[in-house]
Amino acid sequence: MAKKKKKAVAKKAKKTVKKAKKKPSKKTAVKKSSGPKVKVDLRQIFASSPVIEREGGNVRVLIGKAGLDGHDRGAKVIARACRDAGFEVVYTGLHQTPDMIVNTAIQEDVDVVGLSILSGAHNHLVPEVIKGLKGEGVKVGEDVLILVGGIIPETDFQFLRNAGVSMVFTPGTSVESIIEYIRGHVKPKA
Amino acid sequence: MDEKKKVLAAEAEWRKSVLDPHVKKNAVAYEGKSFTTISDMEVPLVAGPSHLEGIDLLNDIGFPGQYPFTRGVQPDMYRGRTWTMRQFAGFGTPRDTNKRFKYLLSQGMMGLSTAFDMPTLMGYDADAKLAKGEVGREGVNVTTLADMEILFDGIPLDEVTTSMTINAPAIVLLAMYVALADNRGIDRKKLGGTVQADMLKEFIAQKEWICPPRPSVKLVTDMVEFCTNELPRWNSISISGYHIREAGATAAQELAFTLADGLAYVEDGIKRGLDVDDFAPRLSFFFDVHNDFFEEIAKFRAARRIWARELKERFKAKNPRSWMLRTHAQTAGVSLTAQQPVNNVARVTMQALAAILGGTNSLHTNSMDETLALPTEPAVKVALRTQQIIAEESGVANTVDPLGGSYFVEHLTSKIEAEALAYIHKIYELGGMIGAIDEGFPQKEIAAAAYRFQQQLDRKEKVIVGVNKYTDDDEHDLPILKIDQEKEDEQVAFVKRTKSKRNKDKVGMALRKIAEDAKADKNLMPSILEAVKAYASVGEICDVFRQVYGIYRDPANF
Repeated sequence: MAKKKKKAVAKKAKKTVKKAKKKPSKKTAVKKSSGPKVKVDLRQIFASSPVIEREGGNVRVLIGKAGLDGHDRGAKVIARACRDAGFEVVYTGLHQTPDMIVNTAIQEDVDVVGLSILSGAHNHLVPEVIKGLKGEGVKVGEDVLILVGGIIPETDFQFLRNAGVSMVFTPGTSVESIIEYIRGHVKPKA
Repeated sequence: MDEKKKVLAAEAEWRKSVLDPHVKKNAVAYEGKSFTTISDMEVPLVAGPSHLEGIDLLNDIGFPGQYPFTRGVQPDMYRGRTWTMRQFAGFGTPRDTNKRFKYLLSQGMMGLSTAFDMPTLMGYDADAKLAKGEVGREGVNVTTLADMEILFDGIPLDEVTTSMTINAPAIVLLAMYVALADNRGIDRKKLGGTVQADMLKEFIAQKEWICPPRPSVKLVTDMVEFCTNELPRWNSISISGYHIREAGATAAQELAFTLADGLAYVEDGIKRGLDVDDFAPRLSFFFDVHNDFFEEIAKFRAARRIWARELKERFKAKNPRSWMLRTHAQTAGVSLTAQQPVNNVARVTMQALAAILGGTNSLHTNSMDETLALPTEPAVKVALRTQQIIAEESGVANTVDPLGGSYFVEHLTSKIEAEALAYIHKIYELGGMIGAIDEGFPQKEIAAAAYRFQQQLDRKEKVIVGVNKYTDDDEHDLPILKIDQEKEDEQVAFVKRTKSKRNKDKVGMALRKIAEDAKADKNLMPSILEAVKAYASVGEICDVFRQVYGIYRDPANF
């Protein structure tokens, strides 16, 4: 059943998940942006987005819904758009644990793991998925791209980047630009 | 009769000799544009007397407060009693939300509305493994009666009305609310409010389920039966289109699927042996209010007409209150943009106005920052003030259904009604809503509509200001509500302390009794009431549901 993943054999993936910088704890505090406004430039944080190579066949994309969050409108739209774009799409359905997503990603030999999270639990769930993939020997950013979509505050971008996320897509992103991103970052092996 | 013919002939002549030539001359201006509603409904360039053809002024439009209630459920609508301004609130610990409740009440809010976090909504305790990272994030966490005691601390349950947006575990939370009143010595007959409890729309749209559809509906009917006998002022279900629309449905789909859900609950109540006139008056509704102004107004008017006719004609209800569709409305969260978020104030104002012109009975206005996070207190205040400005400055509430009789609005009302009825008939053919859900019919229709809309946005056929038109790179400087991990830790610790202090034997016995009653197909409300009074938790009681009724899995269609 579980076809052995060609990429998963590299068992020596080093764990380089950086510790999240602990923010000063103000309980449910409203944080005002203080001082001069620093524009969070998406392209800058994600500037070094890796390009991964795929041996033969179509690009394979997993769209996953982790955690208890039931918002699946966006995930389904993206899944459908990816299918229409000619990718092979695996949609996990709702209420998946990070382990379930990791297992599906490995079994289905995907190039892209797209996680859709609108519950505010991304800082917990995304690193869990990445940790799980690494634990299976997957080189995140080399074998598999991790993309995140949903309600993600810009203040969390750097944390997610450090955790191994290649790109974050926030509300208002056109579907076309997501497809383009995947096309540009998953290339057939030369 | 002659008069009518004369008017129609004049309209036809005007279209031929004035309008058509003008349109022809202006054809260039129309090029490449489509003139449809946000749901892709065709709208006329100019509506006129011919658009009232087929509409019976007496039987279809009628008068406010009279069957079929197209023009509203009260003859004097907002003059007699303004709509209830009910802002949805909940985050962090019960203590945090209790503070927000008291703030909102002090600002003129008229009823409470509780948002729960994902673990509570999915029937897991704060200290469960699956709850990790999600406690208090999207709403308040309530695990045991001890949390409920804090949540409503200092709030007179016999004076406010409380709405709780809770579905799969609704029967548990309702039991907790009743237990709290019992413990405080408050007469159950004085409790007013609602639990959302509409499980069918969970399978269709919101996706917060525990058990499969049939046992889920059984639990809803248990509550309906209990409320009918014990809580005369409580609205037993809030049949919700909001989530259906937010998941991507068109206005007509929202209308059709919501009403079909409602009809399914009526059928189940009757099957249980209840008299339709004993429980139908306590069914309430909850609709979304999206951007397309007139389409939304028409939707509310059509909703009342369809419901009244179904209840009277199909279910033979005799009490006029059974025919009335009373509804809460919430401005469309999905229409808010993260880009240029202050623009959302304008959207919310327009949507709120549509709900009021549509005759809603209660309203939540979204805060401008809700697409970014749960709202901050200042943002919530602007949202509430928006309602107060409409109510007390604009003058729109002074005259009942001011758009009644409008060629365009009546035409659109009939059109959306016809489209919804076609869906409702299709659902009957599939064996009612549960059958339709098993087939994945509403789920697929909604996913297809959501995809179509996204494509229209990408092609710029539909416009969202600040997103695909009039964009800029300016950063917003709205403060954002941040809920820190400490909140979760605090709540988890409190729940653990509560659990350690309980009488374990009593909890165990109470849980076994629920399982017994479930297997015997009894109404579970009495045994759940006993269990929550012994501080059995939401997760423990929902585990009994999982064991007895099984777990529903997402069919994951896309």
